[in-house]
Amino acid sequence: MLRRSLGALCAVWLWISPTLAADKPKELVVGITTFLSGPASVFGVPGKNAADLLIANLNAKGGILGVPLRAIFIDEGAGANQLMSEYRRVVLNEKAEVMLASISSTSCLALAPVAEDLEVPNILWDCSSPRIFEDNNYKYNVRTQAHTGAEMLAAALYLVKNKPDFKTVAGVNQDYAAGRDQWALFITALKSMKPDIQVVAELFPKFGAPDYSTEISRLQALRPDVIVNTSWGGDLDTFVQQAAARGVMTQATYVFPLGESSLERLGNAMPSGVIIGARGDHYFRHPKYMQDVDFQNFVKSYREKTHAYPIYPVFHMAQAISALTGAYEKASKANDVPWPSKEQLMAAFRDLKFRGLTSEISIREDNQGLEDQLIGTTLWSPEYGFAILDRMSIYPAKLVTPPMGQRSADWLAKIKPEMANDPSIETFAAQR
Amino acid sequence: MFIQTVLLAALDGLSYGAQVFLVAVGLSLIFGVLRIVNVAHGSLYAIGAYVTATFGLFIAAAGWSPWLTFPAMALSACLVGIIVGGALEVSLLRRIYGQEQVLQLLLTFAVFMILEDLQKAVWGVTPFFVNTPLSLLGTANILGINYSIYQLVVVPLVAVIVLVSLRYILRHTRIGRIVTAVADDRETSAAMGVDATRVYLLTFMTGASLAAFGGALASGATSLVPGMGAGMIILSFAVAATAGLGRIEGAAVAALMIGLGRSIAVYIAPEFDAVVPYLIMFVVLLFKPKGLFSVPQTRKV
Repeated sequence: MLRRSLGALCAVWLWISPTLAADKPKELVVGITTFLSGPASVFGVPGKNAADLLIANLNAKGGILGVPLRAIFIDEGAGANQLMSEYRRVVLNEKAEVMLASISSTSCLALAPVAEDLEVPNILWDCSSPRIFEDNNYKYNVRTQAHTGAEMLAAALYLVKNKPDFKTVAGVNQDYAAGRDQWALFITALKSMKPDIQVVAELFPKFGAPDYSTEISRLQALRPDVIVNTSWGGDLDTFVQQAAARGVMTQATYVFPLGESSLERLGNAMPSGVIIGARGDHYFRHPKYMQDVDFQNFVKSYREKTHAYPIYPVFHMAQAISALTGAYEKASKANDVPWPSKEQLMAAFRDLKFRGLTSEISIREDNQGLEDQLIGTTLWSPEYGFAILDRMSIYPAKLVTPPMGQRSADWLAKIKPEMANDPSIETFAAQR
Repeated sequence: MFIQTVLLAALDGLSYGAQVFLVAVGLSLIFGVLRIVNVAHGSLYAIGAYVTATFGLFIAAAGWSPWLTFPAMALSACLVGIIVGGALEVSLLRRIYGQEQVLQLLLTFAVFMILEDLQKAVWGVTPFFVNTPLSLLGTANILGINYSIYQLVVVPLVAVIVLVSLRYILRHTRIGRIVTAVADDRETSAAMGVDATRVYLLTFMTGASLAAFGGALASGATSLVPGMGAGMIILSFAVAATAGLGRIEGAAVAALMIGLGRSIAVYIAPEFDAVVPYLIMFVVLLFKPKGLFSVPQTRKV
């Protein structure tokens, strides 16, 4: 009888123990995967710089619940196998309590199951594949930003609203998973609003291509009304400078849904009149927060550290760290414990509302972040020496994010053209 | 319509092929003489581009004439070839001549990785470019299409000059005959009084300069990003393998084939443009395993 009672007691203890509070650690080890090498390091390194800056600021204020953070960075550019090994090492050997992974959709799709396997809270801080939560039901993974579905829809809505009279479209997209997904979702959304449009070319130059002369000639020969390019980093920069040098940047309406990160680098090569997306509502001249003291201070300190204006991975890193802080505090308060367990932490992420550097973000029941989208049109600025965003619109997350349980491709195929004029869309006047 | 498409594709292919040829010909020259497959060649291309861009930015900051960007390209290529190429040959490569090719590949790959990190340490990871050459020369309208004169005329012209010069030097000058002799039989050449070590060094520096020159010309029209050397070395290998390793004229023909093939694909079947260079290589190697321009070699018994 005594043996049975003890057995039952042990079983109950084992069942409830994970939900109990954990001991407060001396430091919170956070593993961060980001591209430190390869072409994607143009986003990875700004993300790391932001993490360094934000964690230093956070630690100066006492850290999270009085626990300072220590970041361990893992290079995503080392390849999927090494990334997974390093991820496991940082969790198991370095005792990282939370992981922030990753930038690439490929890395996220590979690491999300590993995080589940290791039962480590994993914040998807900058990856955009809708497949993460549309194909899976994860317990330890949470995304603190939007995904490609919302990003492409917002760009398509802006185009339909601001340049409605177009009939032909061409796409230039990097030949890899994200480039093909982005184009497929963009054109699905566009066709559901304007079924009569004609797609005259779908070009997929290889990732990292040094020369777009042929694609540019092809586009000149076809003369489409709209040219969409979902490329990022050096690929987008090369395309724009080669197109600008050949005088074709004004021959069509260009849409670059990921173009915000290229504006400063492109200088005078980026003309006025190009539709640019910011992967979220991230822009160093955000119309609602430009005068905000915290926002201004961050932009200033980031510039002092890196000699550049912050681009979207910087804002995404801020969101991840802000969400982490918010979830720890919420979990501690809700459970009345000094330091929550990882299960309590993951529970706190659901319905969490937090602010990074721009608008408030909330996390849905399926662990998907709801993030507003900012789209604008370029305007040359002599003051900055590069094109800035003008005539900006902010698309609320709830309007552009595919509902829970629905696949982006299916949902985007059903949207109506009226959505482009939804009253919840905030528009900001032209600056001239 | 088809003729127009082919003509336009030919013009695009010419520029692209010329760019690839400049890098691939250096690789072929080094293999032809030193018998080394130099994976680090891609890094020399990237460093050539970065050094040129640095000069370009310096010229702009100093307020000098933007036309100086053009001589700066040649100067950068020579500097990279002599300093980086020379240092590589003297410190590492001359220790592995005649060794197994696996060892050579591993060593040059290691050098490639080190140089990639070195680029990031020196130039950072932010893409940058100097588009002075593109904007200075303007555009020309051909068949209703605007072409950049830099890409359509300057790059192919430089490639032709390099090809003709290399052919002339190797076939009609004393140094060319010495290089050919050393490539053919190093020991006999040395026995006849040729300083083969110096010939190897000069050849490697020339090959490295050609890679850097390819990068220097590319820097006038493309963004410089981490990893740019990796993409170019793969394409150069495809060209060199299609031509037959060590075949200089073959590299020109193969580069042109690959450039044209890719352009025609973009016009007719864009979904295949990324695989066309490798498809051409595959088809050629299927029928001529040693490349298009390989020649039968005498077997020593």
